[in-house]
Amino acid sequence: MQEFRLPDPGEGLTEAEIVSWRVKPGDTVHVNDVLLEVETAKSLVELPSPFEGTVEALLVEEGQTVEVGSPIIRVTSGERHAVETTVDTADTVERDEDGGAVLVGYGVRGGAETRRRKPRTVQSVPAPTGPARPASVPAASAHPVVAKPPTRKLAKDLGVDLAALAGTGLAGEVTRDDVVAAAEQVKVFRNLTAPEWSGGREERIPVKGVRKVIAQGMVDSAFTAPHVSVFTDVDATRTMEFVKRLKASSDFADVKVSPLLIMAKAILWAIRRNPQVNSTFTGDELVVHHYVNLGIAAATPRGLLVPNVKDAQEMSLLELATALQQLTATAREGRTQPADMQHGTFTITNIGVFGMDTGTPILNPGETGIIALGTIRQKPWVVDGEVRPRWVTTVGGSFDHRAIDGDVISRFVADVASILEEPALLLD
Amino acid sequence: MTHPSVTGAATATEPIRLLDAEGSLVESDANAPWHELAAQLSTDDRLAMHGEMVRTRRFDVEAGHLQRQGKLGLWVPSIGQEGGQVGAAWAAREQDTIFPSYREHLIALHRGVAMDQIIDTFRGARHGGWDPLETRGMRIYSLVIATHALHSTGYAMGIRLDGACATGDAQRDEAVMAFYGDGAASQGDASEGLVFATSYEAPIVFFVQNNKWAISVPSTRQSRSPLHERARGFGLDAAWIDGNDPLASFAVTRRMLDAARQGAPGYIEADTYRMGAHTTSDDPTRYRTRDEEESWRRRDPIARLAAHLREQGVAEAALAEQEQEAADLASDLRRRTLEAGTAASDDIFDHVYSEPHPLMTEQKRRLAEFEASFGGDA
Repeated sequence: MQEFRLPDPGEGLTEAEIVSWRVKPGDTVHVNDVLLEVETAKSLVELPSPFEGTVEALLVEEGQTVEVGSPIIRVTSGERHAVETTVDTADTVERDEDGGAVLVGYGVRGGAETRRRKPRTVQSVPAPTGPARPASVPAASAHPVVAKPPTRKLAKDLGVDLAALAGTGLAGEVTRDDVVAAAEQVKVFRNLTAPEWSGGREERIPVKGVRKVIAQGMVDSAFTAPHVSVFTDVDATRTMEFVKRLKASSDFADVKVSPLLIMAKAILWAIRRNPQVNSTFTGDELVVHHYVNLGIAAATPRGLLVPNVKDAQEMSLLELATALQQLTATAREGRTQPADMQHGTFTITNIGVFGMDTGTPILNPGETGIIALGTIRQKPWVVDGEVRPRWVTTVGGSFDHRAIDGDVISRFVADVASILEEPALLLD
Repeated sequence: MTHPSVTGAATATEPIRLLDAEGSLVESDANAPWHELAAQLSTDDRLAMHGEMVRTRRFDVEAGHLQRQGKLGLWVPSIGQEGGQVGAAWAAREQDTIFPSYREHLIALHRGVAMDQIIDTFRGARHGGWDPLETRGMRIYSLVIATHALHSTGYAMGIRLDGACATGDAQRDEAVMAFYGDGAASQGDASEGLVFATSYEAPIVFFVQNNKWAISVPSTRQSRSPLHERARGFGLDAAWIDGNDPLASFAVTRRMLDAARQGAPGYIEADTYRMGAHTTSDDPTRYRTRDEEESWRRRDPIARLAAHLREQGVAEAALAEQEQEAADLASDLRRRTLEAGTAASDDIFDHVYSEPHPLMTEQKRRLAEFEASFGGDA
């Protein structure tokens, strides 16, 4: 039996995320067959097998972040003659008896086989004790879970552990309602654990890479462009209805439709009416762009990135929806190219997805305006002298006051708000 | 003093190419003298060149796997660049000295460096450990970009001072070849090397593999005018070759090296492509497209020479045998790498001075003391 420990696939990296397994227990693997794909701070890489044999167990799950040196897969050695199934005709039997200790010195921490030793005088820092992950495979139970296949599928999709539920159906069957209720429960009580601080009174996180770029961009923007922020509350009920109708339409069946899409379209329309907000202030002149490269601030595993949709002003609603979907998918996969982030002219930041009402965003350097889309929720709203529950949101934005004045800013934000209030205005 | 151009090239629109991407010979009046030079290579020679390329690539792939399996600290793939390298390797003469950067695996293997010695460098077991006296003038890898442009130029100037060149005897006159890439060409050291090489008429050829990407920066951004034209501005005779064409690389390098050994330094820009990552720490999908990679895959130097060999009547079995031999070598290399021990940490002190030295002895003792402080059993 042999264990493959996570190697350092870059230079001096200490951990990697398990992105996907390409093998499963019971599979036969040969030397250099791809076992899995991992993502490090630097890149997505495939790890080839150092062993020959049968996969006994995957020791880490997809989505888990694993320290370099941790065992990730266990392979049972095949028969000795099985080695001949490699391309090799010479005698090159590999017997990695030490269990595959990583030969190189980078990054391996902890574990009995580690080749780096700490001086006796140094106290080792205890590993952080985070909450234990729920096991995906329940321990063997005397009572097998009774549930219909569609219920099992639903539970899997919703991330509900069937074995942890007390079924309310006949003979303790776990029903669809049980699963839905459990999923709702999880939503209410999600993320309530407050993990202990890890050891030491201070933690020092080096500022580098994307973080450093973000920091510099924020400083450049905040200290060169005097920001002015404005807010307006708006009844977005018609936007919500419009989104609902779009979702139901067959043309939009394959794309994600959200209020962000209507917001983007509203901004494009409002820019045409107030071109100065889509400009770059150089000090000597105001360069007004007659095109819109619409940036979307995206929280990605690499940090905040602002890729933009090039020439968004020329797109139909469907094209825009497709472009937005591609842009966010690319950002989430960590595959955003530098060119995707250059030459933006205006930015939207969707802080509503985090449940925030509004905020005072900082301009993407070189741009004159940024709009924040807040959360949209039902609130009391006065319609024709009566208080009614309506879908209400706040449109907020920051603008470079060197470039434009309050009248232009206010007209622009009011235009955006009016579209959210009545998307039909886009038909003009 | 100025030297006549041995390439006869002014501003070229196409690199010198004797073998096209399909492996067919490219005949033209301009190519005739180059074909004449390439004729020095028999079919057996060409088959041997193919074998070296196949072995190098298989070695390269295996080393990449070993890095992903935690056995190497880093790997620098040369996949895609074997064609220019094999031509240059065969063009160099026995008495020549080679200064590589770190991607010249084929040249190193050709001059007699063992695969294990290269592996040891990337395993961190040796600080670039081979003795150029035992590797037919192949110096160690230079990991600091372009520093060796100066080392190689200085070495070539030394050859001149020794009177070991410019006697008119190509079989004995020495020359130097320096290998670097389009990214290194932007370094100050690279320009300084060119200035000194021309000023002192040093017997050197700079073989620059333009593989299009300096990690993530495209060569079109760093070099607004072609690199070979830049070299001409420094007063060197310069040629632009298809870097995936082993025959063009051989012919042009042979002629330029022979001119260099008579005191006319030269510069070759080899038009090629790095098919893999810059190193195993790099992810090229972040900055270039699959289409671009695909277009270069169709210009692969190994497939090109193989097609030429088939056209010359070389049996398929001979090519297959080379593939099998390469696979076996890679497998053996894997086994030896897994068995290889860790170098003693105090080894380095023995290579600082040729004789025992009190300061080194003291440092060696201190290191032993420090290591003992960890406790023997941990």
